[in-house]
Order: sequence, then structure tokens, then C-alpha cells
Amino acid sequence: MKFIKFLLTGILFGIVMTKSEAISWFRIQEMFRFESFHMYGIIGTAVILGATMVALVKKMQGKTINGETIKFNPKNMSIPRYLFGGIIFGLGWAMTGACPGPMFTLLGHGIWSILLVIISSIFGTYLYGVLRSRLPH
Amino acid sequence: MIEFISQPWHWGVSGAMIVLVMYLLLWFGGQFGVSANLRIMCAIGGAGKKHSFFDFDWRSQIWNLVFIGGAVIGGYIASTFLASPEPVQISDATQAYLKTVGVSTPQTMAEGTGYVPNEIFGLENAFSLVNLIILIIGGLLIGFGTRWAGGCTSGHAISGLANLQLPSLIAVIGFFIGGLLMAWLILPQLLTL
Repeated sequence: MKFIKFLLTGILFGIVMTKSEAISWFRIQEMFRFESFHMYGIIGTAVILGATMVALVKKMQGKTINGETIKFNPKNMSIPRYLFGGIIFGLGWAMTGACPGPMFTLLGHGIWSILLVIISSIFGTYLYGVLRSRLPH
Repeated sequence: MIEFISQPWHWGVSGAMIVLVMYLLLWFGGQFGVSANLRIMCAIGGAGKKHSFFDFDWRSQIWNLVFIGGAVIGGYIASTFLASPEPVQISDATQAYLKTVGVSTPQTMAEGTGYVPNEIFGLENAFSLVNLIILIIGGLLIGFGTRWAGGCTSGHAISGLANLQLPSLIAVIGFFIGGLLMAWLILPQLLTL
């Protein structure tokens, strides 16, 4: 039963991804071509409100439902890891018009060909795990 | 009410709703990062036996798989019961460009919802050589890149930037370098092969 809240949050997320049109391949092409403000509006609003939310949670020592303090783990500093990894993901994002959240949401739309993207992304993560020790981090 | 929700949402509403999702996950003891699920799936498949990167306590992360399972259901609910009255409204400039590379933008619901182009994702087209390259290589890049960078749009562009993390800013700059290269240079070539 402890999972039902995550299921409901996921359902909300799938609805938000759909109604925001962030799952649209067309919206992603439009964003990378700088031909509409739509996606920048979504991400910008989320970052500004999100930063406010995070700051408030930290200041008020917000608790989880189980009474533990909500923790935000700082990320280790590195340039190659984030830059090269980021570039590779960006290529895939613009190529398929989907990032991981929208990939799964599109499956719910009955767009079965997105399964090719999902399965190969799992394999891509596997490949990273295999090659990890040889990559700069 | 249903009619009100069914309209396409203003970007400000969408951004606020994403933050609500992010807060709910934190409140429930999780965090907002979708691509971690790809690693969890590898671990469940037994990849941890051979590669230490997948040898971690994935059972404590199952909530995240449940979350994306919910996203699939949410996609079904939104496309079935909350469908917009018209296709996604794409800017004229993008529509004109897409026409030059052979991708048509749906103008009526009969032509499509405007989420994915039929020329690439339609089942009768998805298995052409070029489209298989787009979908499979694209997926590989997503899975490899997100794990190397330690996150995707949700983990870096939203959660990371909201927590003012410099590494996330570097990752987002990377997302855009890759995205611009693909959208302006590589994809137009592929689509006109």
C-alpha cells in the first residue's frame, strides 16, 4: 500500500506531461530551433518555483510523510561527466523528441513505436555501466 | 471541469504542476529523477552480477518504477479522457521547416494529436531503416547520456537547477549543445535521406 501514493503521483505526472505538451516531438524540435517560448516557459516556471520550494523546505526543515527531514544531496563537481554525458543525452533527446519521463507517458498514449526508444535506452544505460570505468568522471 | 482540464495548459500552469509533482515525491521520501529507472531496470534484469554499477539496493528504489508506471497510466488517462479538442499548436516557423524535411504537422484531430509525427512513429513507418536508426540510436544516446551525466531533464534541468547545483547547469548546457547539433545539423540530414 505504501506504493499507491507514488502510483497516484505518477498518474498526475503523466497527465501533466501530456497537457503541458512536453511529450510532443514537435514541441521539442520547436524548442531547439528557438521558434516558440512554450517549453522555455514550462522549464523556467518549474525552475523558479522549484527553487523557491526547495529553499522553503530547507529553511523550514520540511519533513517527509514518515517524519524524516527532507534531504537534498549536493552533486559532486566535475566538468567532463556532466558536459559529455549531457551532450550525448541532448543528441538523443532532440533525435527522438522524448526524454525519459515523456517516453513512458507516450507509451500510455498507445504510441507503440516508443517501445523501441525505451528498450534501447535501457540498453544504453547498460552500456554505460559496462564502459563506466573507462570514461572520465 | 473535465472540459476545463482538457484544454491545452498554459506553460505557467504546467511548470507549477511539475513542481507539485516534485514536492509530492520529496514529501513521500523519494525524489524527482526519471532516468534512474533505466538503471533500476538493468539491475532487476541481473546486470549487477557482472557489472558493479548495477549492484546496488534496487529494492529501495521500486517506488520510482511505480511512479513511471503511473506516468504510463496518466498518459492513457490524459489521451483518452482529457484529450485536447485540437492538435498541439506548433509555431508556423517550425511547421515550415518540418515541411522541408518531409514531416507534416497535424492540423486537425483526424490527422493526429500533434504529439509525435506519423512519418517517424507511425507503425507503418517506424521500421524503415532511417526511422529505426532515429528510434534505436536515439534511445541508446538517451540511456547512455543520462547515466553518464547522472540525470535527465527531471533530475538536472528541474531538480538540480532548483537546488542551485552548478553540475546540473553544466549538464543542461550539455543537453543544449547536443540538442542543437541534432536539431539543426544531424536530424535534417537523416530526415531527407
